[in-house]
Order: sequence, then C-alpha cells, then structure tokens
Amino acid sequence: MTEPLLSIEGVSVDLPTARGPLKAVDKVDLVLAPGRTLGIVGESGCGKTMLSRAVLQLLPKRAKLGGRILFAGRDMARLSPEELRRLRGPELAVVFQDPMTSLNPVLTIGTQIVETLQAHLGMDGTVAARRGAELLAAVGIPSPEQRLRQYPHQLSGGMRQRVAIAIALSCEPKLLIADEPTTALDVTIQAQILDLLAREQKRRHMAMILITHDLGVVAGRTDEVAVMYAGRVVERAPTGQLFARMRMPYTQALLAALPRLDAPPHTVLPAIGGRPPDPTRPLPGCSFAPRCRYADLTCRNDKPLLRDPEGAGALHACWHPLP
Amino acid sequence: MTPLLSVRNLVVEYAIGGHTLSAVSDVSLVVARGETLGLVGESGCGKSTLGRAVLQLRRPTSGRVTFDGKELTTLDGEALRLMRRRLQLIFQDPIASLNPRRRIGDIVAEPLVIAGVTDKAEREKRVREVLTAVGLDPDLVLGRLPHEFSGGQCQRISIARALILEPEFVICDEPVSALDVSIRAQILNLLEEMKRRYGLTLLFIAHDLAVVKAVSDRIAVMYLGKLCEVGPTERLFKAPAHPYTALLLEAIPVPDPTVRPAANVPGGEPPSPLAPPSGCRFRTRCPRADVQCAAEVPELRNLGDGQFAACHHPLI
Repeated sequence: MTEPLLSIEGVSVDLPTARGPLKAVDKVDLVLAPGRTLGIVGESGCGKTMLSRAVLQLLPKRAKLGGRILFAGRDMARLSPEELRRLRGPELAVVFQDPMTSLNPVLTIGTQIVETLQAHLGMDGTVAARRGAELLAAVGIPSPEQRLRQYPHQLSGGMRQRVAIAIALSCEPKLLIADEPTTALDVTIQAQILDLLAREQKRRHMAMILITHDLGVVAGRTDEVAVMYAGRVVERAPTGQLFARMRMPYTQALLAALPRLDAPPHTVLPAIGGRPPDPTRPLPGCSFAPRCRYADLTCRNDKPLLRDPEGAGALHACWHPLP
Repeated sequence: MTPLLSVRNLVVEYAIGGHTLSAVSDVSLVVARGETLGLVGESGCGKSTLGRAVLQLRRPTSGRVTFDGKELTTLDGEALRLMRRRLQLIFQDPIASLNPRRRIGDIVAEPLVIAGVTDKAEREKRVREVLTAVGLDPDLVLGRLPHEFSGGQCQRISIARALILEPEFVICDEPVSALDVSIRAQILNLLEEMKRRYGLTLLFIAHDLAVVKAVSDRIAVMYLGKLCEVGPTERLFKAPAHPYTALLLEAIPVPDPTVRPAANVPGGEPPSPLAPPSGCRFRTRCPRADVQCAAEVPELRNLGDGQFAACHHPLI
C-alpha cells in the first residue's frame, strides 16, 4: 500500500450562524493515494465544497475545523501562512466552478500566469512567458501567444476555465482539487474540459479530487467515489463497484432521479421526496431517514457509521443497506 | 389539424455597438395543441430569445407568430394583454423571479388582480387551489416571503403563479437547471402532472438533452440562432441526422462507468454570434464540413417520419 498523499481524519467544519452553529462537515474520513482520482458527489449544502476548502485551508474565518488533515505527511492546520503559501501552487492547486472568481479581471492572462511561475518557481520573465504560452497550448487554447495579451472578459467561459486549469497545472501540483469545474459550462464544452483534466491528471501522475453534483461526471473519470449527504460521507467505494452495486438508499435514489436516456419520454421519474435536513438542526439518527423509504425506528434514533461490513472495500453508512 | 402555435421565419436582431447580433435568424416551427416541444441548445444559441419573441416580450424584427389562429406580432395594448393570459412563462431562477418583499399569497394572486378578478374571496379560493395542485400547503405558505423557501419550493410557487389564469400554453425556460438532482425530478414530474391536469401545451427550453427527453414529444435543436434539427424525441435520440445533434448526444455524461466517456469530443467552441460563419453555422466544428457547407446555407429538409435537418451531409 502506497503512503497516502492526502488523509482526512475525522474532519468537521462548524460555521456559526444566527440560528446557531451549522455543521457543514461532520466527521469525514477520506484517503487519497498519489496519482489517484477521487470523486466527491452530493447536492448543494452537503458539505462537499466546505470539505475541499478545509483541505485547502481556505475556510471562512469564523469556521471551526475539527479533526486532522494530513497532506504529504504535514498537518495542514499547523502550517504557518508562509508554509501554506509555498504549498499552494507547487503542491496543491484548485480549479473553481466559475473561472471568473479565480482570475483577476484587470490583469492579462499572461500577467497572471507569469506571476504564478515567477512567485512559485522563480522563473525570470521571458522564460515564464514562454512557459505560459506552452501551458495554454497544452490545455487546448489556440494561438496562445495572442491569448496571453488578452483579459479574462475577452475569453469565453470554456476558454477561461482552460486558463484557470493552465494556471493550476503550471507548478506541477501533486494534488488538484476541481470543484464543480464544468457546472457553469455548456455540455459540449464540459466534455472537452473533463477530457482535458483526465488527460493532464494521467500524464502528470497527479492526484485529483473531482467535486460534482452529477453522478454522470464521476462515472467514467474517477477511481473512487465518495457520496456526501448532510455533511457526511454516506457511501464510498471504487467507482465501478459503486455503480454496479449501490448500498446506501440515498445514492441509489440520486441515480434513479436522473432522467435516463434509454427511457421513453414522459416516464415518471422516481423523485426523492422532501429535502435535506436543516444543517443547524442535526438529526439524532441517519440524516436521510426522513426521505428514505426503508427507514425505521433505529434509523431515526441512531446515526449509522461508515463501515465496510463485508471487507469488500466498499463502505456505507446505513442500517439497512440495499442487497 | 392547425397547430396551436406557429412561428414562421422569425428573426430577432439586437443592435450591439454598431453591429447587428442576429439572436434568432429565420426560425420556423409549430407546436400542436397538447404537445410538448423541447427546444435545446447551448448558451447564446437564441433559445431564450425565441421564447420571449413568441410571447412578444421581445418584439421580433421580422416573421410571424400565430397563436390559435391569431397573429401576435401585430397585437398590442389591451388585445395583447388579454392574449397573454393564455400564454405564460416559467423562468430558470425561481428565487430571483419572485418579488422578495411580497407574500406568497399576493405573488400567486397577482395575475388574477391584473386580469381584473376583484372578488377577494374568489382570488383566495383560486390561489389555494393552485397552490395545492403544485404540492404546497396553502395554510403554511400564503403569508410567508420567498426567502423562507428553498429553490424547489420557489419553483413550485412560480409554477402556481403561471397556472393560476389557466393558460393554454406555457413556456418553461430552463425551469430545472438551477435545482439539485433530487429536486429536479420532483419539478419535472410536477410539470408533467400539471400539463395533464390543465391540458397544457408546452415549449420546454433547456440545455440538457436528458432533461428535455424526459418531457418532450418532439425536440428542436438550435445552434447560433438557427434550427439544426427537429424531430420526434425517440427518433432524434436513436438516429440524429445533424452532426450537432449527434455531438450533443455524445457529450451527455452517462452515469455508468462501463460506458466510456466519448473520447475527444470534437473540439472548438461556438463562434461569436456577431460574426457567424458563412453557409452552415456549425461547419467550423463539424467533422463532415466541406466547401459546400461554407458556400450554402442548408435549408431544413424533410427526412421523413417528422424528422427535419438543416445539413448538406446528414448522418442518415
């Protein structure tokens, strides 16, 4: 077994709100080996973004972090701001949903790439500019020299996301966190960007966390998938195994709720009734119990832990797992 | 049978800094009574503009829009206002489309007020009926404000508001794209149920082909202001004729790891609608494009079985 690159141990994130503390992430354990891809799937408010922000140490100021995050053997919470700055970029990089939030609108693309390369790799200006053009070409941007002189608003959404990916890859990170990288993009562009990420991930032997709400996005492009609901990981398994046999009723319901391409029009979708619980009012039992058709008294009273009862490498948090 | 809605040679142009952006260029389509027509395309293809031009919320530059035998493009004032009761619109962002300072009861009742229903008891009765129909408990929602509701519930409220005048035709513009998967299925089911209950005809605009397939009898595919292909839903999925339709189908992420994601979806991005390519607008991204595609604009041709495609080299 290789040494994990990232290990998330019992991580919780609490956010103070006017209505009391909000448990955004609740005792999550995850490990990621070098060069592997982990998909984190869940709906809005399930805590997937907060978890990634905890890894990046980019949590809101008032957030309370519990547990431990080890990246390449280092305890992230104990690093000084200077150590973190040196880590982000060369070792740990991120691509956000909206590239406009990570690109500076008043600087040219070139300035932003060159700055990154100068700051982290100590390249001089000319070398960095040449490397910048290479990076843009590598992520599929036509006429890269010209693009370097342009501003973010002059590019389409897909092109901007390519630039954000080029910047994230520029320092050859060991781990790339892609947080809904294609949600804001059109479907044909989405496929291109996912292909690009998969190609660069393999080529660079880089580990990747792909965060998405779309089971279709993780299906063909991850080694392992963790499904989150109400702040917890409720199921985690190698991707093929998960799709072949979903044990947690929520995962299965989430898949069933997607319109199927092979179903005729006007097929009634098996929708999940109700909605996720209020995160400021945690439930004593399973968070999915109020929406689950298999739930009984045990589910309502006792929280199921994520476990692997069969030792098959597939974990689920459920009192009545599906066969 | 005459269609309920017929759009002929519709053109919508915007003037942008001395240029003309043709958002919809020469689109013709029909929607039969009781049918759902899905309208699919990527951002900027003109699908929303087309929807708005049908409702005369954006006046078309040229072309005709005929609803139940009446020409809408020449209607105005009171006549247009009366006609609008029969055509309604549901927006993408359910929260932004509700006035944050008004109570749900007033929001849903507003179309009745505008329509001149002065009897308050009658209005409340109808508000209660339609809220119940969309799956909300009137007693729990009437007095509350939009921010107290989730996105899915706000979309139910929007649907209630669109249905309270019992329209015949509803345009749904990306009604579920802002919603989570589990909520999306609830709203799609609700729209189908409302369609049956109120005998609606729908124009369902979306970028997601899987979502469109779930609700549409026929699908129209748009690219850069023009229709590429129109056809019965199942036929279009089984045998797309236009390469752009095929590309859209291939790009859908399938939630099954045994289905390999399409390797290298043909590259490129839609060109600027300010300077669309000559001939076929899709040719710059099309693997089948040749000189003819650059020289001649392909007309929408009948391929049989209700399928039409605007392509010089169709796939079937």
